[in-house]
Amino acid sequence: METKAFQKIYTKITQITKATCSLKATGIGYEEMAIVNGRLAQVVKIIGDDVTLQIFSGTEGIPTNAEVVFLGRPPVLKVGDELSGRFFNAYGDPIDGGPSIEGEERQIGGPSVNPVRRKQPSEFIPTGIAGIDLNNALVTGQKIPFFADPDQPFNQVMSMVALRADADKIILGGMGLTNDDYLYYKNVFDNAGALDRIISFVNTTEDPPVERILVPDMALTAAEYFAVDKKQKVLVLLTDMTLYADALSIVSNRMDQIPSKDSMPGSLYSDLAKIYEKAVQFPDGGSITIIAVTTLSGGDITHAIPDNTGYITEGQLFLRKDTDIGKVVVDPFRSLSRLKQLVIGKKTRADHPQVMNAAIRLYADAANAKTKQENGFDLTDYDERALKFAKDYSDKLLAIDVNVEVDQMLSTSWNLFSEHFEPAEVGIKQEFVDQFWPKES
Amino acid sequence: MEKTNKMTKGKVAGIIANLVFVEVDGPVMQNEICYINLDETKLMAEVIKVMGTQAYVQVFESTRGLKVNNTVDFTGHMLEVTLGPGILSKNFDGLQNDLDKMDGVFLKRGEHTNPLEDDKKWEFKPVAKPGDVLEAGGWLGEVKENWMPHKIMIPFKFKGKYTVKTVAQEGEYTIHDKIAVVTDENGKDIDLNMIQKWPVKVAIKAYKEKPRPFKLLETGVRVIDTLNPIAEGGTGFIPGPFGTGKTVLQHALSKQAEADMIIVAACGERANEVVEIFTEFPELDDPRTGRKLMERTTIIANTSNMPVAAREASVYTAMTLAEYYRAMGLKVLLLADSTSRWAQALREMSNRMEELPGQDAFPMDLPAIISNFYSRAGFTYLSNGESGSITFIGTVSPAGGNLKEPVTESTKKAARCFYALSQQRADSKRYPAIDALDSYSKYAEYPELEEYFRENIDPEWPEKIRLARDILIRSREVSEQINILGDDGVPVEYHERFWKGEVMDFVICQQDAFDKVDCSASLDRQKYMLNRVLDIYHTTFNFESFEDVSTYFKRVINTMKQMNYAVFNSDKYNESEKELNSIIEERKVA
Ligand SMILES: Nc1ncnc2c1ncn2[C@@H]1O[C@H](COP(=O)(O)OP(=O)(O)O)[C@@H](O)[C@H]1O
Ligand SMILES: [Mg+2]
Repeated sequence: METKAFQKIYTKITQITKATCSLKATGIGYEEMAIVNGRLAQVVKIIGDDVTLQIFSGTEGIPTNAEVVFLGRPPVLKVGDELSGRFFNAYGDPIDGGPSIEGEERQIGGPSVNPVRRKQPSEFIPTGIAGIDLNNALVTGQKIPFFADPDQPFNQVMSMVALRADADKIILGGMGLTNDDYLYYKNVFDNAGALDRIISFVNTTEDPPVERILVPDMALTAAEYFAVDKKQKVLVLLTDMTLYADALSIVSNRMDQIPSKDSMPGSLYSDLAKIYEKAVQFPDGGSITIIAVTTLSGGDITHAIPDNTGYITEGQLFLRKDTDIGKVVVDPFRSLSRLKQLVIGKKTRADHPQVMNAAIRLYADAANAKTKQENGFDLTDYDERALKFAKDYSDKLLAIDVNVEVDQMLSTSWNLFSEHFEPAEVGIKQEFVDQFWPKES
Repeated sequence: MEKTNKMTKGKVAGIIANLVFVEVDGPVMQNEICYINLDETKLMAEVIKVMGTQAYVQVFESTRGLKVNNTVDFTGHMLEVTLGPGILSKNFDGLQNDLDKMDGVFLKRGEHTNPLEDDKKWEFKPVAKPGDVLEAGGWLGEVKENWMPHKIMIPFKFKGKYTVKTVAQEGEYTIHDKIAVVTDENGKDIDLNMIQKWPVKVAIKAYKEKPRPFKLLETGVRVIDTLNPIAEGGTGFIPGPFGTGKTVLQHALSKQAEADMIIVAACGERANEVVEIFTEFPELDDPRTGRKLMERTTIIANTSNMPVAAREASVYTAMTLAEYYRAMGLKVLLLADSTSRWAQALREMSNRMEELPGQDAFPMDLPAIISNFYSRAGFTYLSNGESGSITFIGTVSPAGGNLKEPVTESTKKAARCFYALSQQRADSKRYPAIDALDSYSKYAEYPELEEYFRENIDPEWPEKIRLARDILIRSREVSEQINILGDDGVPVEYHERFWKGEVMDFVICQQDAFDKVDCSASLDRQKYMLNRVLDIYHTTFNFESFEDVSTYFKRVINTMKQMNYAVFNSDKYNESEKELNSIIEERKVA
């Protein structure tokens, strides 16, 4: 980042904290960017001529006579078609050794879409994974996170979903990504021959944590360029949003703000909503779909981060290891896609909603039977059948290694129903039973 | 309303996010609106605290780029809405800007649009005659807004009595045309057109009396109407963890409830949920009038990504519009999703001002703010003998799903109906996930309402509702015992008792919001179905073993669900009912 000749250089810092420094300056705009001894910073508070700057990479080693230059603008990203296939850091500077982007400068964290200019999402995104397509169908313009403990293979599942979804661009926003995971994504996209439609903004564990705060806005500014200007279908992957929220709490703590639940800032809901609400379907075909990862600690979804996320996103996908079959499954109880009803039974076969609900209900019966069994009670014949059904259902449909079309998922479900139950026990509308219940051979 | 004379000006002295300190050169009023000049745009802001010559203002937009010494113009009035024909079917933001009139895909900071139409002609019919003496809210005439008679009234700000001098003849007028001249108590003539303004944080009290609610407001949702009824002019709230069905339930109410007008305040929630309303409502029929649902609906959209300070304004804007239509003698249903987001907006600002925080860092006066807001709903008699009502139902999004948090607890004190959504029911897809037993309606115990039920539904209705709840309670109790003692550790009758409760749950409490037929049940139908379920409860069956019980009642439930899915009294319905009768005969003890 070069400074321009006419810019005023300040050299007298009056106060330094762990995250911020203050100085006397005039004519400064709120949220303006500055460079403090070569480090990027942003104006977070102005009182009279006292200006407080948040330094993204921290204040370690900043002297009181550091050189401060204000850039006269908020954070920006240069956008253009050349973004495709490139890797950037949290500031939008290339990290792949390639040339810098010569494009139009756009402010990041820009305004929201007017709700009346949105279109209701209606395009189904098949992923082949039945735990998603059958029970939690995804739709373009949706925003949905994986809720997973850190040891779950969420990066694998997410990259699989990304590659199978038919998107014009895939934008990866990596926050606190380990170097290994960063290389994993790079490899998977490369092997799939998809690198030219991928754009990455990456903050790894080796980078200062507070820099992460910029990543989602960078990724989404690029996404808006392709979705609005180029009318493309854009898929944005954000991982790990828990580390993003942690960075927010570091900043607010260091700025002495009153923490609310779980030492998160009181504005966490609004902060997260500003990001996730960038997901949108436009009437002219452009769209932004956001798939994120929110890691949990010990599966606790009442923690402020997953809790606020769940109130914002359009559902969540829960990964869990099913010890009965030894595979990772998409948990049908705790997962939810709130937009599924816009496509299931409409873009997919008419029996889809009822089959989905019936199977989950029977799976719940099995869970009850299991509790009974564990408490040492005798099982009824129905309980036994429910348990057998649950095992098959988990193995043939919920496991993340399933990769089939939706019609196939539905017929597998009907087969499992007829194998283990009577129609009355399944409780589906008669017209569907008449049509789809497998005939005795 | 106090007015400051010469308009005060000011200069920006400090900025922390959307809290701005303004050095002022004259008097300012608490809650006064001001505009901060930033380049070519004007950022709207509201005074929330005054210290000496510094006004603390909350800005309704992003403050990015704002500088110290930017100039500020004060307006002398509080946040106001414009009231007049043209509000129905609109999509407003929290400050009553018409979202459809805005340019471009993105919301532009500082863009303000007209909530009404200046040139549109309305078909006006006089209601008052010269010589009539009216007070604020008195009806002068009416125009047809969509299909509704929209009353043109003496402005709410007017105090005392006014004698009508002239009223315009039947004909077409714009909102700015003179439609009446009235004379005040001092003999001064005042020209009136169709519009007036009102500050949103002040309740409109242009009514004679606010009696206790005494009538049922039909919603078509069985677990509400039958088991936890809400009264016309009543208040209720729906707390629940995310994903348990708050929004789906509110949308169902907005589609089916028997109201003249629906105002939906989308407060700090998802934009796509608003899109759903304005995409689907223009296509959906209002079963009562045959008109499109959108014709009776107004949306206030201040979604979670829109400026935080305007979230607070949005619920007040919605309530003020509701009060305006109530004064026309209409039955208004106001829905707000979610009032927790509004409370959070208050919290963000209170923290920024470094006020002493209450529980969970919410402002200390949160309970008072919430109860004050709920108290604006109600059934009213107008001074001309007509009646109008606002029924208000808000959702609450408790942090971590824990109902012992300040917003839920404060709301519980203010609202008379409590519709508790249960995570467990949602997980097992028992929708709507309202826990019929944890929930309550205080109206169900009002003698006025019991009277109403006996006269309009069934002479025994209150007893039947109590029995229905008992059946659910007993079923829950035996299910706990069965869990502890095991299926064969309890008598077969226990299983029967459990399953009779399950019939009540599946057939009455559960309802498929996404099924064209099942989504809404008329009162007749609800009564019929409850009677059928109670008949089954009163029937003695013959079972050998507990396994027979569950298999049998699953068939009963399945058949009754088919009835719920079929059009009332259609062939399909009658067929299922015939099947039900024969299933019952199989094991009935004569
Ligand atoms: N009455 C219902 N019938 C069927 N599905 C429902 C019902 N209520 C909720 N759901 C399901 O639950 C999801 C979440 O509901 P929603 O109202 O958005 O939850 P909340 O507002 O409480 O977060 C919906 O997308 C839908 O799949
Ligand atoms: Mg909701």
